[in-house]
Amino acid sequence: MLKGLRTAALAAAAIVCVCMLCLPDGALAQKKYDTGVSDTEIKIGNIMPYSGPASAYGVIGKTEQAYFDKVNAEGGVNGRKIKFLSYDDGYSPPKAVEQARKLVEDDGVLLIFNPLGTPSNSAIEKYMNGQKVPQLFVATGASKWSEPKQFPWTMGWQPSYEVEAHIYAKYLLKQKPDAKIGVLYQNDDFGKDYLKGLKDGLGAKASMITAEESYETAEPSIDSHVVKLKSAGVDVFISITTPKFAAQAIKKLAEIDWHPLHIVSNVSASVGGVMKPAGFENSQGILSAAYAKDGADPQWDNDPGMKLFYAFLDRYFPDGDRLDASVVYGYGVAQTLVKVLQMCGDDLTRDNVMKQAESLKDFEPDTLLPGIKINTSPTDFAPIKQLQMMRFKGEKWDLFGDIISGGMSN
Amino acid sequence: MSAAEEVVTEGHAVEAVPKRAMTLGTGTSLVVLAVLLLVPLVVKNFVIFQMTMLLIYGLAVLALNILTGGSGQFSLGQSAFYAIGAYTSAILMEQYNVNYALTLPVAGIICFAAGFLFGQPALRLSGVYLALATFALATAMPQLLKLGYFEKWTGGVQGLVVTKPDAPFGLSMSQDMWLYYFTLLITIAIYLFSVNLLRSRSGRAFMAIRDNEIAASAMGVDVALYKTLAFGVSAGITGVAGGLGAIAVQFVAPDSYTITLAISLFLGMVVGGVGWLPGSFIGSAFIIFVPNIAESVSKGLSGAVFGVLLFLVIFLIPHGARQVAILCQQLAARLRR
Repeated sequence: MLKGLRTAALAAAAIVCVCMLCLPDGALAQKKYDTGVSDTEIKIGNIMPYSGPASAYGVIGKTEQAYFDKVNAEGGVNGRKIKFLSYDDGYSPPKAVEQARKLVEDDGVLLIFNPLGTPSNSAIEKYMNGQKVPQLFVATGASKWSEPKQFPWTMGWQPSYEVEAHIYAKYLLKQKPDAKIGVLYQNDDFGKDYLKGLKDGLGAKASMITAEESYETAEPSIDSHVVKLKSAGVDVFISITTPKFAAQAIKKLAEIDWHPLHIVSNVSASVGGVMKPAGFENSQGILSAAYAKDGADPQWDNDPGMKLFYAFLDRYFPDGDRLDASVVYGYGVAQTLVKVLQMCGDDLTRDNVMKQAESLKDFEPDTLLPGIKINTSPTDFAPIKQLQMMRFKGEKWDLFGDIISGGMSN
Repeated sequence: MSAAEEVVTEGHAVEAVPKRAMTLGTGTSLVVLAVLLLVPLVVKNFVIFQMTMLLIYGLAVLALNILTGGSGQFSLGQSAFYAIGAYTSAILMEQYNVNYALTLPVAGIICFAAGFLFGQPALRLSGVYLALATFALATAMPQLLKLGYFEKWTGGVQGLVVTKPDAPFGLSMSQDMWLYYFTLLITIAIYLFSVNLLRSRSGRAFMAIRDNEIAASAMGVDVALYKTLAFGVSAGITGVAGGLGAIAVQFVAPDSYTITLAISLFLGMVVGGVGWLPGSFIGSAFIIFVPNIAESVSKGLSGAVFGVLLFLVIFLIPHGARQVAILCQQLAARLRR
């Protein structure tokens, strides 16, 4: 009996050994390139939550894959095809570390592009910087991705929550300097980043915020918080909420017949996901800010950039929903990466990738609002810092005012 | 009142496992040990890291195996103890500059206490009700870790970054390799402890409770004490695994320790074979590698593919890796004849 078991275990152990020895080796690096690049190919890694609680964002990875298919079909980047390796981390930080290490050490990618989620990116940040592998254009709105001194290999892309909050602060300081602001925020990194940005933006006048209410995502309804803010006598209501709660708040405001100046964070500015369920009649006059064009908005139908975007969807990504902001996002960020790779020319080292990524000048991806430009420098790792205010009117957003930059200099 | 007064009406949730069948033979154990010692010398750091994670999750599954396979109690709350262990290590290392090796016993002791205390109210529950109570623990844990009150230590939703230790005594090996051998050492120690525990008087008491609570009580086993003790030991080992996990992954955050982790560990135990300790590591390999395989089959349907694979395993070998081992054994015996 026992001997048999021993033989079996031996055999199993031998198989395990052989399997491990057979694991494919990383791509052989050539002299003028770093790992992951050859005369014909550039390997790009990516980590997305294709499964788990945030799997709705998985469409970003699919859009990026489709965009690189398009680039490859059109001849690639300087003759090199992009090989896009995108792995699932299920929005779990330990899994993200495993996948990042697989991409860097096993697959031998040149860089990891647009990994999604604040927790997952926090988990791999130290590793990526230790390995000196670019963690480029991370897909999170947290404000901590622009720290070139401490983390020279990590760069964000979209405007951070703080930057967006600065813009609301600037708007209020200008338009309603005597406002009494009530803030409703989600009690997590997203809500807290916003609140901090709002206070920083108001600066010396942070006392304009006279009431703060936080809610947990586990709460079934936020009605009581809204009522509390009303009774606190505020005349500006800033809703730092995710879509479900933003819609609830809009409805509740209408229900109690309270009409303060209502600002909704960009996260919840979706027409289909928030305004429609909350009722268009209740949503009139709400303010928000945007940096990308909305695929649902007919005003972009004849926009040259969006025409390219729609053509891309038709040809390479027919499953993609043009109303989905994640698709618009994936297109824009993939386009930015291709721009950086083009700028690298034949010097495709990790060093040079970062050097080019930090010298983007006035780059305008097709899907960003006209006038919003990507600019980076060795001390500025936040590519998009501008947004434009918009007001909800009828069944869509009307952009108004100038493009506002979220920098701290007023 | 003693727990024995509550009549257990359900059938055997866990099939009785004779205690000798809980381990591997000496020869096999030595071969496995040799493989575990030698393989890291020839593979890449990434594979070493995966093997480290295999051992760590293996320990956590082992802990659950002692609880379920040993004393017959269910738990879907192991992720909570894993989180407590991970946070204990991370906080001690990062906020109080304690040596990483010293944080592990602390994590183990704190989790033992937590498990023992949780075992007290759990005494009144059995079977699915106990599973539900522990489920609640697992769901609550990530939110507790986010509480503003603890934020000073836990880093709130942002989590904590942990520094990976270098090899000591000027040994020229990579951090990954050192951590692997360090983990291996602890794993072996805990494995031997577990085997001996289950062979000891306490282990016999656990198994007596598993097989029939009333009979065990009649024979003089302090049912309440041993049930809570099983919970404590299981939580303690899980805590050490959690601490090691925090060091290996270099990061702790509430999102790392959701109910998904608890279910994965439970799954690992079932796949490895309930009550068969070596199976814990096979189950651990299953929960680490099979999702990757499923993903390589289909990205969009990775969850479904994983489900199909899991279904096949449960359908074809309901007793997990233990059944495969027994089959191989019989096959080998027949061939020899």
